[in-house]
Amino acid sequence: MFATLQHWLSGWMWDWLAVLITLLIQAVVVILPIMIAVAYLTYAERKVIAYMQVRMGPNRVGPYGLLQPIADAVKLMFKEVVLPTQSNVYLFLIAPILAIAPAIAVWAVVPFAPGWVVTDIDAGVLYVLAIASITVYGVVVSGWASNSKYAFLGGLRSSAQKISYEIAMGFALVTVLMVADTMNLTKIVEGQQGGIWHWYLIPLLPMFVVYFISGVAETNRAPFDIAEGESEIVAGFHVEYSGMAFAVFFLAEYAMMILISYMTSIMFLGGWLSPFEGIPLLETLFAWVPPFFWLAAKVAFLLFVFLWFRATFPRYRYDQLMRLGWKVFIPLTIVWVFVVMLMHYFKVGPWFN
Amino acid sequence: MSFEQLVFYAFAAIAAFAGLMVITVRNPVKAALWLVLAFVSTAAVWILAEAEFLGLVLILVYVGAVLVLFLFVVMMLDINLAEMKEGFARYLPIGVLVSLVVFGLIYMVVGPEHFGLAQFKPVEHGPDYSNTKEIAVPLYTQHAYAFVLAAVLLLVGIVAAIALTLRRRPPSEALYQDIDAQVRVRAEDRLTMVKMPAEVEPDLPENKEEEEGAK
Repeated sequence: MFATLQHWLSGWMWDWLAVLITLLIQAVVVILPIMIAVAYLTYAERKVIAYMQVRMGPNRVGPYGLLQPIADAVKLMFKEVVLPTQSNVYLFLIAPILAIAPAIAVWAVVPFAPGWVVTDIDAGVLYVLAIASITVYGVVVSGWASNSKYAFLGGLRSSAQKISYEIAMGFALVTVLMVADTMNLTKIVEGQQGGIWHWYLIPLLPMFVVYFISGVAETNRAPFDIAEGESEIVAGFHVEYSGMAFAVFFLAEYAMMILISYMTSIMFLGGWLSPFEGIPLLETLFAWVPPFFWLAAKVAFLLFVFLWFRATFPRYRYDQLMRLGWKVFIPLTIVWVFVVMLMHYFKVGPWFN
Repeated sequence: MSFEQLVFYAFAAIAAFAGLMVITVRNPVKAALWLVLAFVSTAAVWILAEAEFLGLVLILVYVGAVLVLFLFVVMMLDINLAEMKEGFARYLPIGVLVSLVVFGLIYMVVGPEHFGLAQFKPVEHGPDYSNTKEIAVPLYTQHAYAFVLAAVLLLVGIVAAIALTLRRRPPSEALYQDIDAQVRVRAEDRLTMVKMPAEVEPDLPENKEEEEGAK
């Protein structure tokens, strides 16, 4: 569809302008639904946690409080962005951009259904890892530029945390690459075809756990949200931010949450493949369901788990968090890389075909 | 001008400008951030040259990890800007001389007559070309020993860095937390549930009267 659009555009304007316009349209088509999903994820979070704590949650704006995220967005947009005295104004304002830009840029390679992907590149996994690793700058720069001790401590904490968990995350993905034999996200999903027992969840179960928990730590979510740590450092890196600048940090955090859920679904839960594949009766019964629905359902479940974690676990202490990352996850992932290597070498297991 | 050329010149200009800012900007935190920009635009140029593995690893390793640690250190420094400006004029002539010599050397090696699209035609690769595989196969076959040696060197570096900074003080001077013991603790070790019969307080006489009055 976009190829024909670009072809038509290049018929009557410069080539590079045609490419640029097509890219812009593609970006909007991907970013807009994500932003809407982010808005309603905040609503879902408040509702889910409210029901877990026997409360009502937002229920005033619109039916069942459904317009609450829009009201929040409008409120935040009209609030003043306060610039702290003695802060580094340029960096202070660039920091939210540094947080959100990579969180959005990552979506360029994420496939939503067979063929529904902006760019189907070969190094998809690497791209996601690399771009997601840039998000740490938003936190670090905001912490330094705010000229506040609380923000600074939050920035330092989160930079150390993100780097630590990125290693475990990278190793967990290495095992996926070894099993899938490709870095292309579409091909990783296609490699899991043939029923629920072909999903990489089963041979790589410990890696699934490590990846998802590291993902929770990467996104600074509870119980690993020590970068915000209300009881210790007020709100951490975004303590000096107000209005839209604060909202942008929020958007980035939630967009990354959705991304981690997508990546986990694609890597370990068979992406858009139906869980009923290969089961005689159920397969034909659910054949009409569009592939995107399965992916969305898996992502929605993982997002629910994110919220569930937040309602269940108390916050980790910083040294315990570091211990979990360096002394539990990283050795575990290294061992599992060897296990997968041996399985590959001796051709163990039905999943390597 | 094709789209590729436009992208190349844009990223090349950004990289050059960012590199210039790294050495001219006074604030070390800002210098480190300009270096980040330089790395990212260089990675973009590499990706444009179909070296996507190198480009992405540059971002993943240098931008995502090394420079964050760099920033981490630089942010905690208390830098006196006036002190750093001292001696600028004194060292200026020799600095200019050195930079001119270096520029001359670079110009002689990669000047316009030795370098450019005319001399080096971009290599066309098929759609199946994988830069990652292209690097991986020689790395793990031809250069396997050198690769392992480099890994061992890095490991020695890590061990050395930890050995230099590790300073275990006796328990009389510092308190250490044994997290393993802390994690192993169960609720039963810390908390005793005591069962006791419910105690019902007898109603006070005044209350009774009030209740009766209300009736």
